[in-house]
Amino acid sequence: MSIKRIGIVCPYSWDVPGGVRSHVADLALTLQSRGYEVSVLAPVEDPDTLPDYVFDGGRPIAVSYNGAVARLSFGVRATRRVRQWIREGNFDIVHIHEPVAPSSSLLTCWAARGPLVATWHSSHERSRMLSAGYYVAQTAMEKIRGRIAVSEAARETLVRHIGGDAVLIPNGVRVAEFRDQESVSVEGTQKILFLGRIDEPRKGLEVLLRAIPHVFSAFDRCELIVAGPGDPAEFKDFVDPSWGDRVKFVGIISDEEKRRTLHQADLYVAPHIGGESFGIVLAEAMAAGTAVVASDLPAFDRVLQSGKAGKIFPVGDSEALGLAIIELLTDTEQREALVDAGNIRVMDFDWDRVVQDVIAVYEAVHTEGEKVEEDLRGQVVGRFAGRSIRLSEE
Amino acid sequence: MALWIFLSVVFVLLAAFFILYLGMTAGRIDRLHRRIDIAMISLDSHLLRRSGATLELASSGFMDPASSVLISEAAHAARLSTDLSSTQRDRAESELTSALNAVLDTEEIELIQSEIGGQEILEACLAASRRVELSRRFLNDAVRACSQLRQQRSARWFHLAGHTPVPQTREIYDHVEISDRG
Repeated sequence: MSIKRIGIVCPYSWDVPGGVRSHVADLALTLQSRGYEVSVLAPVEDPDTLPDYVFDGGRPIAVSYNGAVARLSFGVRATRRVRQWIREGNFDIVHIHEPVAPSSSLLTCWAARGPLVATWHSSHERSRMLSAGYYVAQTAMEKIRGRIAVSEAARETLVRHIGGDAVLIPNGVRVAEFRDQESVSVEGTQKILFLGRIDEPRKGLEVLLRAIPHVFSAFDRCELIVAGPGDPAEFKDFVDPSWGDRVKFVGIISDEEKRRTLHQADLYVAPHIGGESFGIVLAEAMAAGTAVVASDLPAFDRVLQSGKAGKIFPVGDSEALGLAIIELLTDTEQREALVDAGNIRVMDFDWDRVVQDVIAVYEAVHTEGEKVEEDLRGQVVGRFAGRSIRLSEE
Repeated sequence: MALWIFLSVVFVLLAAFFILYLGMTAGRIDRLHRRIDIAMISLDSHLLRRSGATLELASSGFMDPASSVLISEAAHAARLSTDLSSTQRDRAESELTSALNAVLDTEEIELIQSEIGGQEILEACLAASRRVELSRRFLNDAVRACSQLRQQRSARWFHLAGHTPVPQTREIYDHVEISDRG
């Protein structure tokens, strides 16, 4: 095996849950289980909480970026950490996530040279990157040899703003983690689950809440669990007070709680009305052995194989959704058939399979005996980095 | 008769004084409005200078690319906001200040100063920031004085301010401070 040591960079704070962060963690663990030596570089608030495969990339600083406050890592100190990580890591491949993010990712593109691979996650990352003022950032991005996009939307953004092409490798699911859960189902009760930001209309909670009265009148021991950030008070018009606690808003839940909640639910409903590029959570529900009901967005339709691995209803149609839920709760046989089909389908999204595509990209950009090293060429700050090396040697 | 003459003379004098007073107040209000206009123009020009100097600093290549991208994004947003309402504008400018404060720490400053020409570019940006701070303070000072005057009874009853809209203070977080994260 010519590739042995792999470095992965996460631009966002390790202690804040998020899509990119869990992607990086899953990728790192999967690569580790395949015998690679993996080190992750990420900014972190409290270095004591880091697992041993994560290298402390410095304290993140809160700064407004892209219209929201993000916790990023930049500046002299952060650059020094990045350089130290590259020097000590002796990596065969460095895999940078969200390379446009002005944090450890962009710093790594800039401070490293050699076999670099990058993954684009978001589709809305604004890129004024190519305008004149971004000369430094631009040259840094040019060093990336292999580009990956997690979704078609992310790939399009990349093609349009940066140029060039990217390989499409979707998000993975650690299927085993979702399967290994204790099941605590109570006879005679049915649990329906909604996951996602409740204050974001495109997640479609309203569509589901409009369908719920029919469902509750058909099943008097049926419950709806709504998990995700947002203010439940906004939906009080849709929630009948007589339901009592049959509709539970549980707020933000951790990854572990998510796995447990998915496992305990009888039905996972994805009533999204748009803007979903992949729908990783559908795959997670299938992995947890929960039947899925989803709107017929193209992405969902593809994941559910046009209804084979989950039930599909027309986008925004609460009545059809209500009927679909009632049908599945009544017809246990159909529900179990969907769960079985889902169990097979989800293996296509298992990290163990997805990681093979990632490794193929690594192998494509790596030449025998090559290492990722510090890039000090023609960089003004190179001199400064040289100074910091001398300092650390003293 | 003499008393009657005396009373009317007093009344005429009082009325004359009152009219004179109104005229002077109207004049003061007018002068304050003119001061506000000038202060506003001066604040706007310093804000533009600040975002310009920030862009120059960002593209100098003296800083790491992450810091450069952060401040130039913020400076771009501030420049584009000139077409927007003043609240949106003030928010964009405040965010530029936050970005500068996040990026400029003692080590970064030392690094920029060690480059040829770095000192000048940095000083231009910091000087523009200080002027923004000063000119906004002077503007708000004039606005407060003016609203105080316009709230006086005589000014309200006799419409001394005419149709000039009530001036508003500009609320921008504009204090650029070099932090020491060591």
